[in-house]
Amino acid sequence: MANISRSPWLLHYDGSSCNGCDIEVLAALTPVYDAERLGVVNTGDPMQADIFLITGGINEQNKDVVKQIYDQMPRPKVVVAVGVCACTGGVFKDCYNILGGADTVIPVDIYVPGCAARPQAIIDGVVQAVGLFQQRLDEHNAQKRKEA
Amino acid sequence: MGKRSVIPYGPQHPVLPEPVHIDLVVEDERVVEAIPSIGFIHRGLESLVDRRDFNQMTYVAERTCGICSFQHGMGYCEAVEHIMGVEVPDRAKFLRTLWAETSRMHSHLLWLGLLADGFGFENLFYQCWRVREKVLDIQEMTAGGRLIFSVNKVGGVLKDVTDDQLKFILATMDEVEAELKVIKETFFEDYSVKSRLVGVGVLTAEQINALGAVGPFARASGVNVDMRKLGYAAYPHIDFEPITSNDGDCYARCYVRMMEVFQSIDIIRQVIAKMPAEKDLAVAVKGNPDGEYFMRVEQPRGEAFYYVKGNGTPNLERMRIRTPTFANIPGLCEMLKNTELADIGLLILTIDPCISCTER
Repeated sequence: MANISRSPWLLHYDGSSCNGCDIEVLAALTPVYDAERLGVVNTGDPMQADIFLITGGINEQNKDVVKQIYDQMPRPKVVVAVGVCACTGGVFKDCYNILGGADTVIPVDIYVPGCAARPQAIIDGVVQAVGLFQQRLDEHNAQKRKEA
Repeated sequence: MGKRSVIPYGPQHPVLPEPVHIDLVVEDERVVEAIPSIGFIHRGLESLVDRRDFNQMTYVAERTCGICSFQHGMGYCEAVEHIMGVEVPDRAKFLRTLWAETSRMHSHLLWLGLLADGFGFENLFYQCWRVREKVLDIQEMTAGGRLIFSVNKVGGVLKDVTDDQLKFILATMDEVEAELKVIKETFFEDYSVKSRLVGVGVLTAEQINALGAVGPFARASGVNVDMRKLGYAAYPHIDFEPITSNDGDCYARCYVRMMEVFQSIDIIRQVIAKMPAEKDLAVAVKGNPDGEYFMRVEQPRGEAFYYVKGNGTPNLERMRIRTPTFANIPGLCEMLKNTELADIGLLILTIDPCISCTER
Protein backbone atom coordinates (compact mmCIF):
# COMPACT_ATOMS: atom_id res chain seq x y z
CA MET A 1 0.00 0.00 0.00
CA ALA A 2 3.01 2.27 -0.39
CA ASN A 3 1.35 4.41 -3.08
CA ILE A 4 -1.71 5.32 -1.09
CA SER A 5 -0.98 7.84 1.62
CA ARG A 6 -3.26 9.09 4.35
CA SER A 7 -3.65 12.45 6.04
CA PRO A 8 -2.25 12.88 9.53
CA TRP A 9 -4.87 13.45 12.23
CA LEU A 10 -4.64 15.94 15.06
CA LEU A 11 -5.37 15.43 18.72
CA HIS A 12 -5.64 18.40 21.03
CA TYR A 13 -5.33 18.20 24.81
CA ASP A 14 -5.47 21.09 27.23
CA GLY A 15 -2.77 20.51 29.84
CA SER A 16 -3.28 23.37 32.25
CA SER A 17 -3.72 26.20 29.82
CA CYS A 18 -5.88 29.24 30.49
CA ASN A 19 -8.11 28.34 27.53
CA GLY A 20 -6.66 31.08 25.34
CA CYS A 21 -4.51 28.73 23.27
CA ASP A 22 -7.24 26.07 23.22
CA ILE A 23 -9.75 28.29 21.54
CA GLU A 24 -7.06 29.55 19.19
CA VAL A 25 -6.38 25.93 18.22
CA LEU A 26 -10.10 25.57 17.50
CA ALA A 27 -10.14 28.93 15.69
CA ALA A 28 -7.28 27.70 13.51
CA LEU A 29 -9.56 24.88 12.34
CA THR A 30 -12.56 27.10 11.56
CA PRO A 31 -13.24 28.84 8.21
CA VAL A 32 -11.12 31.98 8.52
CA TYR A 33 -7.86 30.08 9.09
CA ASP A 34 -8.93 26.58 8.09
CA ALA A 35 -5.98 24.38 8.99
CA GLU A 36 -7.91 21.38 7.66
CA ARG A 37 -7.00 22.43 4.09
CA LEU A 38 -3.53 21.11 4.94
CA GLY A 39 -4.98 17.62 5.15
CA VAL A 40 -5.24 17.37 8.93
CA VAL A 41 -8.43 16.46 10.76
CA ASN A 42 -9.19 17.15 14.40
CA THR A 43 -10.00 13.97 16.28
CA GLY A 44 -10.86 13.19 19.87
CA ASP A 45 -9.43 9.70 19.84
CA PRO A 46 -5.74 9.28 20.76
CA MET A 47 -5.61 5.87 19.06
CA GLN A 48 -6.28 7.49 15.69
CA ALA A 49 -4.12 10.57 16.14
CA ASP A 50 -0.71 11.23 14.61
CA ILE A 51 -0.01 14.79 15.73
CA PHE A 52 -0.48 15.76 19.37
CA LEU A 53 -1.16 19.43 20.06
CA ILE A 54 -0.69 20.18 23.72
CA THR A 55 -1.49 23.51 25.34
CA GLY A 56 -0.64 24.57 28.87
CA GLY A 57 1.91 23.37 31.37
CA ILE A 58 2.14 20.09 33.21
CA ASN A 59 0.83 19.75 36.75
CA GLU A 60 0.71 16.92 39.29
CA GLN A 61 -2.73 15.75 38.29
CA ASN A 62 -2.48 15.85 34.51
CA LYS A 63 1.02 14.45 34.00
CA ASP A 64 -0.27 10.87 33.94
CA VAL A 65 -3.10 11.83 31.59
CA VAL A 66 -0.68 13.48 29.15
CA LYS A 67 1.69 10.50 29.29
CA GLN A 68 -1.16 8.09 28.77
CA ILE A 69 -2.48 9.98 25.73
CA TYR A 70 1.03 10.06 24.25
CA ASP A 71 1.49 6.33 24.83
CA GLN A 72 -1.89 5.52 23.25
CA MET A 73 -0.97 7.26 20.00
CA PRO A 74 0.40 4.94 17.31
CA ARG A 75 3.99 5.35 16.15
CA PRO A 76 5.26 7.43 14.40
CA LYS A 77 3.95 10.52 16.17
CA VAL A 78 4.75 14.22 16.44
CA VAL A 79 4.19 16.48 19.46
CA VAL A 80 3.56 20.20 19.11
CA ALA A 81 3.65 22.38 22.23
CA VAL A 82 1.30 25.30 21.59
CA GLY A 83 1.75 28.49 23.57
CA VAL A 84 4.36 29.65 26.00
CA CYS A 85 2.88 27.63 28.90
CA ALA A 86 3.32 24.37 27.01
CA CYS A 87 6.83 25.44 26.00
CA THR A 88 8.18 26.47 29.40
CA GLY A 89 5.37 26.93 31.92
CA GLY A 90 5.02 30.60 30.95
CA VAL A 91 3.52 33.06 33.38
CA PHE A 92 2.63 30.17 35.69
CA LYS A 93 6.17 28.78 35.84
CA ASP A 94 6.56 29.82 39.49
CA CYS A 95 3.19 28.40 40.60
CA TYR A 96 3.45 25.59 43.15
CA ASN A 97 1.44 23.18 41.04
CA ILE A 98 3.24 23.64 37.71
CA LEU A 99 6.07 21.21 36.96
CA GLY A 100 7.06 22.95 33.74
CA GLY A 101 6.38 22.76 30.02
CA ALA A 102 5.06 19.74 28.14
CA ASP A 103 8.62 18.48 27.63
CA THR A 104 8.88 17.56 31.32
CA VAL A 105 6.86 14.39 30.63
CA ILE A 106 6.83 13.74 26.87
CA PRO A 107 9.29 14.52 24.07
CA VAL A 108 8.26 17.69 22.22
CA ASP A 109 9.22 18.19 18.56
CA ILE A 110 7.88 21.63 17.74
CA TYR A 111 7.45 24.66 19.98
CA VAL A 112 4.87 27.30 19.03
CA PRO A 113 5.37 30.58 20.94
CA GLY A 114 2.77 33.13 21.97
CA CYS A 115 0.40 34.04 24.78
CA ALA A 116 -2.08 33.21 23.48
CA ALA A 117 -0.49 31.55 20.43
CA ARG A 118 -1.95 33.14 17.31
CA PRO A 119 -3.76 30.92 14.76
CA GLN A 120 -1.12 31.81 12.17
CA ALA A 121 1.61 30.54 14.50
CA ILE A 122 -0.37 27.39 15.26
CA ILE A 123 -0.84 26.70 11.54
CA ASP A 124 2.90 27.20 11.03
CA GLY A 125 3.52 24.64 13.77
CA VAL A 126 1.06 22.21 12.21
CA VAL A 127 2.69 22.60 8.77
CA GLN A 128 6.07 21.74 10.28
CA ALA A 129 4.50 18.84 12.15
CA VAL A 130 2.96 17.45 8.96
CA GLY A 131 6.39 17.55 7.26
CA LEU A 132 8.08 15.91 10.22
CA PHE A 133 5.36 13.28 10.43
CA GLN A 134 5.80 12.39 6.74
CA GLN A 135 9.56 12.07 7.22
CA ARG A 136 9.12 9.84 10.27
CA LEU A 137 6.51 7.76 8.48
CA ASP A 138 8.93 7.13 5.59
CA GLU A 139 11.69 6.14 8.04
CA HIS A 140 9.25 3.93 9.94
CA ASN A 141 8.13 2.18 6.74
CA ALA A 142 11.72 1.70 5.55
CA GLN A 143 12.59 0.16 8.91
CA LYS A 144 9.60 -2.21 8.70
CA ARG A 145 10.56 -3.27 5.18
CA LYS A 146 14.10 -4.01 6.30
CA GLU A 147 12.80 -6.16 9.16
CA ALA A 148 10.37 -8.06 6.91
CA MET B 1 -34.24 -1.61 37.50
CA GLY B 2 -31.07 -2.10 35.54
CA LYS B 3 -27.65 -2.74 36.92
CA ARG B 4 -25.75 0.30 38.11
CA SER B 5 -22.41 1.08 36.59
CA VAL B 6 -20.02 4.02 36.64
CA ILE B 7 -18.79 5.60 33.43
CA PRO B 8 -15.87 7.99 33.74
CA TYR B 9 -16.34 11.00 31.47
CA GLY B 10 -13.09 12.80 30.64
CA PRO B 11 -10.62 14.31 31.27
CA GLN B 12 -9.81 13.88 27.59
CA HIS B 13 -13.08 13.91 25.66
CA PRO B 14 -14.36 15.33 22.38
CA VAL B 15 -17.01 17.77 23.64
CA LEU B 16 -14.93 20.59 25.03
CA PRO B 17 -11.37 21.65 24.39
CA GLU B 18 -10.87 21.58 28.16
CA PRO B 19 -10.47 18.61 30.46
CA VAL B 20 -13.42 18.02 32.74
CA HIS B 21 -13.88 14.82 34.65
CA ILE B 22 -17.26 13.54 35.75
CA ASP B 23 -18.09 10.08 37.06
CA LEU B 24 -21.50 9.19 35.72
CA VAL B 25 -23.46 6.60 37.67
CA VAL B 26 -25.81 5.03 35.13
CA GLU B 27 -28.65 2.55 35.16
CA ASP B 28 -28.88 1.24 31.62
CA GLU B 29 -28.83 4.46 29.57
CA ARG B 30 -30.12 6.71 32.33
CA VAL B 31 -27.82 8.79 34.54
CA VAL B 32 -28.72 8.60 38.23
CA GLU B 33 -25.85 10.57 39.66
CA ALA B 34 -22.98 12.71 38.46
CA ILE B 35 -19.86 13.16 40.59
CA PRO B 36 -17.48 15.85 39.33
CA SER B 37 -13.80 15.94 40.14
CA ILE B 38 -11.69 18.93 39.31
CA GLY B 39 -8.02 19.81 39.43
CA PHE B 40 -6.63 18.82 36.04
CA ILE B 41 -5.86 22.43 35.15
CA HIS B 42 -5.06 23.66 38.64
CA ARG B 43 -2.04 25.93 38.45
CA GLY B 44 -2.23 27.78 41.77
CA LEU B 45 -2.04 31.24 40.28
CA GLU B 46 -3.48 32.87 43.40
CA SER B 47 -0.27 31.93 45.18
CA LEU B 48 1.74 34.12 42.80
CA VAL B 49 0.89 37.13 45.02
CA ASP B 50 3.99 36.13 47.02
CA ARG B 51 6.27 36.67 44.07
CA ARG B 52 4.57 39.34 41.93
CA ASP B 53 3.63 42.85 43.01
CA PHE B 54 0.08 44.13 42.71
CA ASN B 55 0.68 45.73 39.29
CA GLN B 56 2.20 42.58 37.84
CA MET B 57 -0.70 40.54 39.22
CA THR B 58 -2.97 42.26 36.67
CA TYR B 59 -1.33 40.18 33.97
CA VAL B 60 -1.62 37.00 36.02
CA ALA B 61 -5.30 37.71 36.74
CA GLU B 62 -5.90 38.15 33.01
CA ARG B 63 -4.49 34.71 32.39
CA THR B 64 -6.99 33.06 34.72
CA CYS B 65 -9.01 32.42 31.60
CA GLY B 66 -8.30 33.13 27.96
CA ILE B 67 -11.93 33.73 27.01
CA CYS B 68 -13.03 36.25 29.63
CA SER B 69 -9.45 37.46 30.03
CA PHE B 70 -10.31 41.15 29.84
CA GLN B 71 -13.04 40.90 32.44
CA HIS B 72 -10.76 39.06 34.85
CA GLY B 73 -8.23 41.88 34.56
CA MET B 74 -10.97 44.45 34.97
CA GLY B 75 -12.39 42.78 38.09
CA TYR B 76 -8.96 42.59 39.68
CA CYS B 77 -8.06 46.20 38.82
CA GLU B 78 -11.38 47.56 40.09
CA ALA B 79 -10.90 45.70 43.37
CA VAL B 80 -7.41 47.18 43.88
CA GLU B 81 -8.65 50.62 42.81
CA HIS B 82 -11.39 50.47 45.46
CA ILE B 83 -8.84 49.62 48.17
CA MET B 84 -6.56 52.46 47.11
CA GLY B 85 -9.38 54.96 46.64
CA VAL B 86 -8.50 55.64 43.01
CA GLU B 87 -11.12 57.21 40.76
CA VAL B 88 -10.65 55.99 37.19
CA PRO B 89 -11.09 58.61 34.40
CA ASP B 90 -14.45 58.44 32.63
CA ARG B 91 -13.02 57.55 29.25
CA ALA B 92 -11.20 54.57 30.76
CA LYS B 93 -14.50 53.39 32.29
CA PHE B 94 -16.23 53.56 28.93
CA LEU B 95 -13.35 51.80 27.18
CA ARG B 96 -13.46 49.05 29.81
CA THR B 97 -17.17 48.65 29.14
CA LEU B 98 -16.51 48.49 25.40
CA TRP B 99 -13.94 45.71 25.71
CA ALA B 100 -16.00 43.91 28.34
CA GLU B 101 -18.88 43.72 25.88
CA THR B 102 -16.76 42.64 22.90
CA SER B 103 -15.39 39.85 25.05
CA ARG B 104 -18.94 38.88 26.05
CA MET B 105 -19.88 38.80 22.37
CA HIS B 106 -17.00 36.58 21.33
CA SER B 107 -17.50 34.30 24.31
CA HIS B 108 -21.21 33.81 23.57
CA LEU B 109 -20.56 33.30 19.86
CA LEU B 110 -17.93 30.70 20.75
CA TRP B 111 -20.44 28.96 22.99
CA LEU B 112 -23.22 29.08 20.38
CA GLY B 113 -20.81 27.47 17.93
CA LEU B 114 -19.82 24.75 20.38
CA LEU B 115 -23.49 24.12 21.13
CA ALA B 116 -24.22 23.73 17.41
CA ASP B 117 -21.28 21.31 17.23
CA GLY B 118 -22.70 19.53 20.29
CA PHE B 119 -25.97 18.71 18.55
CA GLY B 120 -24.25 17.93 15.29
CA PHE B 121 -24.98 21.04 13.21
CA GLU B 122 -21.49 21.54 11.80
CA ASN B 123 -22.43 24.32 9.41
CA LEU B 124 -23.96 26.45 12.15
CA PHE B 125 -20.83 25.89 14.26
CA TYR B 126 -18.62 27.28 11.52
CA GLN B 127 -20.97 30.20 10.83
CA CYS B 128 -20.88 31.27 14.50
CA TRP B 129 -17.09 31.09 14.57
CA ARG B 130 -16.82 32.99 11.31
CA VAL B 131 -18.83 35.88 12.77
CA ARG B 132 -16.81 35.66 15.98
CA GLU B 133 -13.63 36.42 14.06
CA LYS B 134 -14.99 39.90 13.25
CA VAL B 135 -15.33 40.62 16.95
CA LEU B 136 -11.79 39.37 17.51
CA ASP B 137 -10.63 41.71 14.73
CA ILE B 138 -12.03 44.63 16.74
CA GLN B 139 -10.11 43.49 19.80
CA GLU B 140 -6.93 43.01 17.83
CA MET B 141 -7.20 46.39 16.16
CA THR B 142 -8.03 48.39 19.29
CA ALA B 143 -6.02 46.54 21.91
CA GLY B 144 -3.35 44.63 19.98
CA GLY B 145 -4.32 41.09 20.90
CA ARG B 146 -6.98 38.64 19.84
CA LEU B 147 -7.81 37.11 23.20
CA ILE B 148 -5.44 38.20 25.92
CA PHE B 149 -4.70 41.83 25.31
CA SER B 150 -3.62 43.27 28.65
CA VAL B 151 -4.97 46.80 28.33
CA ASN B 152 -6.01 47.07 31.96
CA LYS B 153 -3.86 48.54 34.64
CA VAL B 154 -4.53 49.65 38.17
CA GLY B 155 -5.79 53.22 37.67
CA GLY B 156 -7.18 52.98 34.16
CA VAL B 157 -6.40 51.53 30.75
CA LEU B 158 -3.24 51.53 28.66
CA LYS B 159 -4.58 52.17 25.16
CA ASP B 160 -6.96 54.67 23.65
CA VAL B 161 -9.37 53.98 20.82
CA THR B 162 -9.31 56.58 18.03
CA ASP B 163 -12.41 58.05 16.40
CA ASP B 164 -11.69 56.14 13.19
CA GLN B 165 -11.53 52.92 15.13
CA LEU B 166 -14.85 53.74 16.80
CA LYS B 167 -16.39 54.21 13.34
CA PHE B 168 -14.97 50.87 12.27
CA ILE B 169 -16.44 49.22 15.37
CA LEU B 170 -19.88 50.66 14.59
CA ALA B 171 -19.66 49.45 10.99
CA THR B 172 -18.58 45.99 12.16
CA MET B 173 -21.46 45.90 14.65
CA ASP B 174 -23.93 46.50 11.79
CA GLU B 175 -22.34 43.68 9.80
CA VAL B 176 -22.31 41.30 12.74
CA GLU B 177 -25.92 42.13 13.60
CA ALA B 178 -27.09 41.41 10.05
CA GLU B 179 -25.26 38.06 9.94
CA LEU B 180 -26.39 37.12 13.42
CA LYS B 181 -30.03 37.58 12.46
CA VAL B 182 -29.66 34.78 9.93
CA ILE B 183 -27.92 32.56 12.52
CA LYS B 184 -30.59 33.41 15.09
CA GLU B 185 -33.36 32.30 12.74
CA THR B 186 -31.65 28.96 12.28
CA PHE B 187 -31.21 28.47 16.01
CA PHE B 188 -34.79 29.38 16.84
CA GLU B 189 -36.67 27.94 13.90
CA ASP B 190 -34.82 24.82 12.79
CA TYR B 191 -36.76 21.75 13.93
CA SER B 192 -33.63 19.67 14.56
CA VAL B 193 -32.27 22.27 16.98
CA LYS B 194 -35.55 22.29 18.87
CA SER B 195 -35.75 18.53 19.02
CA ARG B 196 -32.42 18.37 20.83
CA LEU B 197 -32.87 21.36 23.15
CA VAL B 198 -36.51 21.90 24.12
CA GLY B 199 -37.41 20.39 27.48
CA VAL B 200 -33.94 18.92 28.07
CA GLY B 201 -32.22 19.53 31.41
CA VAL B 202 -34.91 21.65 33.01
CA LEU B 203 -34.04 23.48 36.24
CA THR B 204 -36.60 25.61 38.08
CA ALA B 205 -35.92 29.02 39.61
CA GLU B 206 -36.14 27.44 43.11
CA GLN B 207 -33.46 24.90 42.22
CA ILE B 208 -31.26 27.62 40.73
CA ASN B 209 -31.57 29.71 43.90
CA ALA B 210 -30.95 26.74 46.17
CA LEU B 211 -27.85 25.68 44.23
CA GLY B 212 -26.50 29.20 43.83
CA ALA B 213 -26.17 29.20 40.06
CA VAL B 214 -25.24 32.45 38.30
CA GLY B 215 -25.19 34.16 34.94
CA PRO B 216 -27.10 33.14 31.80
CA PHE B 217 -27.60 29.69 33.34
CA ALA B 218 -29.65 31.28 36.15
CA ARG B 219 -31.30 33.86 33.91
CA ALA B 220 -32.58 31.09 31.63
CA SER B 221 -34.58 29.77 34.60
CA GLY B 222 -36.13 33.15 35.32
CA VAL B 223 -33.71 34.32 38.04
CA ASN B 224 -32.95 37.94 37.25
CA VAL B 225 -29.34 38.34 38.40
CA ASP B 226 -26.91 40.52 36.49
CA MET B 227 -23.92 42.07 38.23
CA ARG B 228 -23.69 44.77 35.59
CA LYS B 229 -26.67 46.30 37.36
CA LEU B 230 -24.41 46.93 40.40
CA GLY B 231 -22.92 49.72 38.35
CA TYR B 232 -19.21 49.14 37.90
CA ALA B 233 -17.26 50.62 34.96
CA ALA B 234 -19.62 52.69 32.78
CA TYR B 235 -22.69 50.49 33.25
CA PRO B 236 -24.61 53.12 35.31
CA HIS B 237 -24.71 55.25 32.13
CA ILE B 238 -25.95 52.41 29.95
CA ASP B 239 -29.61 51.61 29.45
CA PHE B 240 -30.23 47.84 29.41
CA GLU B 241 -32.35 45.18 31.05
CA PRO B 242 -31.08 41.66 31.83
CA ILE B 243 -32.47 39.03 29.47
CA THR B 244 -34.36 36.21 31.14
CA SER B 245 -36.47 33.27 30.17
CA ASN B 246 -38.80 31.15 32.27
CA ASP B 247 -38.39 27.76 30.62
CA GLY B 248 -35.14 26.69 32.29
CA ASP B 249 -34.24 24.16 29.58
CA CYS B 250 -31.33 24.00 27.13
CA TYR B 251 -33.33 25.95 24.57
CA ALA B 252 -33.86 28.81 27.06
CA ARG B 253 -30.12 28.93 27.77
CA CYS B 254 -29.47 29.16 24.06
CA TYR B 255 -32.11 31.91 23.79
CA VAL B 256 -30.64 33.96 26.65
CA ARG B 257 -27.09 33.85 25.28
CA MET B 258 -28.18 34.58 21.73
CA MET B 259 -30.19 37.61 22.84
CA GLU B 260 -27.29 38.78 25.01
CA VAL B 261 -25.11 39.03 21.93
CA PHE B 262 -27.66 41.43 20.45
CA GLN B 263 -27.78 43.24 23.78
CA SER B 264 -24.00 43.60 23.74
CA ILE B 265 -24.20 45.13 20.26
CA ASP B 266 -26.69 47.62 21.65
CA ILE B 267 -24.49 48.38 24.68
CA ILE B 268 -21.45 48.92 22.46
CA ARG B 269 -23.44 51.41 20.36
CA GLN B 270 -24.49 53.26 23.51
CA VAL B 271 -20.89 53.26 24.81
CA ILE B 272 -19.61 54.75 21.57
CA ALA B 273 -22.40 57.36 21.48
CA LYS B 274 -21.69 58.43 25.06
CA MET B 275 -17.87 58.14 24.95
CA PRO B 276 -16.39 61.12 26.86
CA ALA B 277 -14.17 63.40 24.79
CA GLU B 278 -11.40 63.98 27.34
CA LYS B 279 -8.42 61.85 26.57
CA ASP B 280 -7.34 60.95 30.13
CA LEU B 281 -6.85 57.20 30.22
CA ALA B 282 -5.36 56.55 33.63
CA VAL B 283 -4.48 58.25 36.90
CA ALA B 284 -1.11 57.80 38.56
CA VAL B 285 -1.30 55.36 41.44
CA LYS B 286 0.88 56.05 44.44
CA GLY B 287 1.65 53.80 47.38
CA ASN B 288 0.57 50.23 48.00
CA PRO B 289 -2.87 48.74 48.64
CA ASP B 290 -3.77 48.40 52.30
CA GLY B 291 -7.15 46.91 53.10
CA GLU B 292 -9.53 44.43 51.55
CA TYR B 293 -12.32 44.49 49.01
CA PHE B 294 -14.82 42.21 47.31
CA MET B 295 -15.43 43.02 43.67
CA ARG B 296 -18.25 41.41 41.72
CA VAL B 297 -18.33 41.53 37.93
CA GLU B 298 -20.66 39.94 35.41
CA GLN B 299 -18.59 37.81 33.10
CA PRO B 300 -20.03 36.05 30.04
CA ARG B 301 -20.60 33.00 32.24
CA GLY B 302 -21.99 34.88 35.22
CA GLU B 303 -20.90 36.52 38.40
CA ALA B 304 -17.23 36.41 39.34
CA PHE B 305 -15.94 37.38 42.76
CA TYR B 306 -12.58 38.99 43.39
CA TYR B 307 -11.36 39.14 46.94
CA VAL B 308 -8.20 41.20 47.30
CA LYS B 309 -6.41 41.90 50.55
CA GLY B 310 -3.36 44.15 50.76
CA ASN B 311 -1.15 44.90 53.73
CA GLY B 312 0.68 48.03 52.63
CA THR B 313 3.49 46.19 50.84
CA PRO B 314 3.78 45.85 47.05
CA ASN B 315 2.81 42.16 47.38
CA LEU B 316 -0.81 41.47 48.18
CA GLU B 317 -1.57 39.31 51.16
CA ARG B 318 -4.31 37.35 49.42
CA MET B 319 -6.14 37.23 46.13
CA ARG B 320 -9.10 34.93 45.76
CA ILE B 321 -11.21 34.40 42.66
CA ARG B 322 -14.60 32.67 42.70
CA THR B 323 -15.49 32.05 39.10
CA PRO B 324 -18.97 31.60 37.60
CA THR B 325 -18.43 28.01 36.44
CA PHE B 326 -17.54 26.97 39.98
CA ALA B 327 -20.92 28.31 41.13
CA ASN B 328 -22.68 26.50 38.28
CA ILE B 329 -21.23 23.02 38.87
CA PRO B 330 -23.78 22.05 41.60
CA GLY B 331 -26.53 23.09 39.19
CA LEU B 332 -24.94 21.00 36.46
CA CYS B 333 -24.81 17.88 38.66
CA GLU B 334 -28.48 18.34 39.60
CA MET B 335 -29.36 18.79 35.93
CA LEU B 336 -27.51 15.63 34.87
CA LYS B 337 -29.69 13.42 37.08
CA ASN B 338 -32.32 11.44 35.22
CA THR B 339 -31.08 12.33 31.76
CA GLU B 340 -30.15 10.16 28.82
CA LEU B 341 -26.48 9.28 28.49
CA ALA B 342 -26.48 10.66 24.94
CA ASP B 343 -27.48 14.13 26.17
CA ILE B 344 -24.58 14.44 28.63
CA GLY B 345 -22.24 16.30 26.29
CA LEU B 346 -24.90 18.81 25.38
CA LEU B 347 -25.96 19.33 29.01
CA ILE B 348 -22.40 19.96 30.16
CA LEU B 349 -22.08 22.51 27.37
CA THR B 350 -25.19 24.43 28.32
CA ILE B 351 -23.68 25.80 31.55
CA ASP B 352 -20.91 27.20 29.32
CA PRO B 353 -18.20 25.59 31.45
CA CYS B 354 -14.86 27.32 31.71
CA ILE B 355 -12.72 24.82 33.53
CA SER B 356 -9.58 26.95 33.35
CA CYS B 357 -11.27 29.67 35.39
CA THR B 358 -12.72 27.19 37.83
CA GLU B 359 -9.47 25.46 38.66
CA ARG B 360 -7.18 28.49 38.27
